[in-house]
Amino acid sequence: MTDAAGIAESARRTDVRNRWWLTSPALIIIFFAAIGPLFVVVLYSLMAKGDYGDVKFGQFSSEAWLNVLFDRDIFDDTLSLASAHLEIFWRSVRLSLITTLATLFLGFPTAYFISTRPENRRDIWLFLITIPFWTNILIRTFAMQEVVRNEGIINSLLIALHIIDQPVQIMFTDWAVLFGMIYVYLPLMVLPIYASMEKLDFRLVEAGYDLYATRFGVLRRIIIPMVKPGIVAGSILVFIPALGAYVIPRVLGGGKSMMLGNLIELQFGQGRNWPLGSALSITLMFIVTIALLFYVRNANASGSGHGH
Amino acid sequence: MASTASAIDARGVSKVFKGAGQDEVRALDNVSVSIRENEFFTLLGPSGCGKTTLLRLIAGFDFPTDGEILLHGENIALLPPYKRPVNTVFQNYALFPHMTVGQNIAFGLEMLGKPKAETSQRVTEMLKLVRMEDLRDRRTSQISGGQQQRVALARALAPRPRVLLLDEPLSALDYKLRKDMQIELKRLQHDTGITFIFVTHDQEEALTMSDRIAVMSKGNILQIGSPHDIYVRPIDHFVANFIGETNFLKGRVKTKKAGKVTLEMSAGGTLVAEIPESGVSGGDVSVVVRPENAVLVAPSKGDFRGTVENIVYFGTDTHVHLRLDDGAPFIVRQQNAAGDSVEVKRGDKPGISVAAGTPRILKD
Repeated sequence: MTDAAGIAESARRTDVRNRWWLTSPALIIIFFAAIGPLFVVVLYSLMAKGDYGDVKFGQFSSEAWLNVLFDRDIFDDTLSLASAHLEIFWRSVRLSLITTLATLFLGFPTAYFISTRPENRRDIWLFLITIPFWTNILIRTFAMQEVVRNEGIINSLLIALHIIDQPVQIMFTDWAVLFGMIYVYLPLMVLPIYASMEKLDFRLVEAGYDLYATRFGVLRRIIIPMVKPGIVAGSILVFIPALGAYVIPRVLGGGKSMMLGNLIELQFGQGRNWPLGSALSITLMFIVTIALLFYVRNANASGSGHGH
Repeated sequence: MASTASAIDARGVSKVFKGAGQDEVRALDNVSVSIRENEFFTLLGPSGCGKTTLLRLIAGFDFPTDGEILLHGENIALLPPYKRPVNTVFQNYALFPHMTVGQNIAFGLEMLGKPKAETSQRVTEMLKLVRMEDLRDRRTSQISGGQQQRVALARALAPRPRVLLLDEPLSALDYKLRKDMQIELKRLQHDTGITFIFVTHDQEEALTMSDRIAVMSKGNILQIGSPHDIYVRPIDHFVANFIGETNFLKGRVKTKKAGKVTLEMSAGGTLVAEIPESGVSGGDVSVVVRPENAVLVAPSKGDFRGTVENIVYFGTDTHVHLRLDDGAPFIVRQQNAAGDSVEVKRGDKPGISVAAGTPRILKD
């Protein structure tokens, strides 16, 4: 008896040891590539800024965190709310939310369309969806510029159709940024929804029709609840990069429609305020984390408590 | 007992599926069938015979290429499924996994816009009917296959459909549970008074449960009748072979008189058989004899003789496999309780006596 127990115990120990050995490469990479740099960013945000960028190493200061929300008057040191920063925060969150909703409304029918095609054709549609990924985002964004600028496709078309006689200013407005982000992030919404939808048993849809549900009833009570994991995943995949978008607002929004990513870049570049840039980065991460927690909890709650 | 008014009338229904390119599959070919109100009607056939297609046309998941389907005299062939007072129990049950047992059963009633109180009361009633009162708030993934089956039944019966369609609902259950559910289904049909249309490829299931059976093959209905009719008077080789165990014999018409023919069997001897409704042309015919309608007798007696090749013991009865003189196989089923059967062993050559009035001539 003791022998058998001893052998089982040593086998269990070997098992545990092997598991640590096997996961160690992943753990090392996660530490050096993710947690380590993050720690450096937090450290930098807590130091005084250097005169030509960088930080004064070892001189700790809370100035950067104060500057996230407040401006210090250069003459009398009084604090006032940094309205420019707040405006940029608000614009980032707002544009990202609208982008997420818009890609959801465009992406859901697209995913439904693909998953209801015959099996051998679905790959072709998926292939078409992923083609834009082959081109650099910068080039795609400049292509978008061609669409929205004053002499671009939208304005020329509207003028040719005599709907307007002066070009509408889209370029360098929030609209241009929005168009750009919806275009770039749409595949990130379509793919996870498709992955969920493909697993959907369409016999359940038939069962719904059989039990007197109309098309809308089936969509609301059966399809949407069942592809919810895909919708949640897609929303997260769109919202997070949208919030930190840099290239799109830079190219299409110019200096007027700045987003968080551009503000952070500014601090590390022309602004020469690395601590503030670091503090803004952590703030961005914080917003994303809170948004995610809120969203995931909400999605789970409405997913399980159905009817009654 | 089933009344004579028809619940479903299929008239000249055809369904052609377009395959890739020029391929066409004719799943149903000009099928007409009248299913009576309050009847347990079974569509029986091998896979690919068109039985499920016919069911889907009645449910509204597919639309016929040709013909009409009447529900109590009204043509419903082109109505969407949610406008037909017909519900389906699916082969895999198709229960909604994101809802509880109670929510599944309530679904149809909610979609019909019934008041909450009425819906809740009806769900309670249905749970009682299928004996699952205590599982109302369970997830459908937390209950057994047999229980899922009952929920699927309760869900389909809750909106009080005029006709209930059942698409091989018992095929996923194990043998014992299937037996219980057969009796349960029969009871439900009797208690609710709803017309049941049951699709199966299991002939035993069809025989034990149905008021009437339609045997289908290759998109056609070959024979419609009571289980007794179909078993005792199969119309052709396919039906005889598909339902129950059967011995096929070859014979030649010798004399015809008073609705009966005397046949000269190719295995030797003669048999007397009734002339079937389809008539008999004379010349060579096929005859079926069920294994329980033949007995082994002393070699000198009997209608013909065979060599014993195998003896299979089944508890209640024993199957004796013989080879007739013309080379045809023949099975005799002897009841073990009877006591008057002839003891045989492999290699023996006993006589075979066929009960009078039981041989049946098949349409060729």
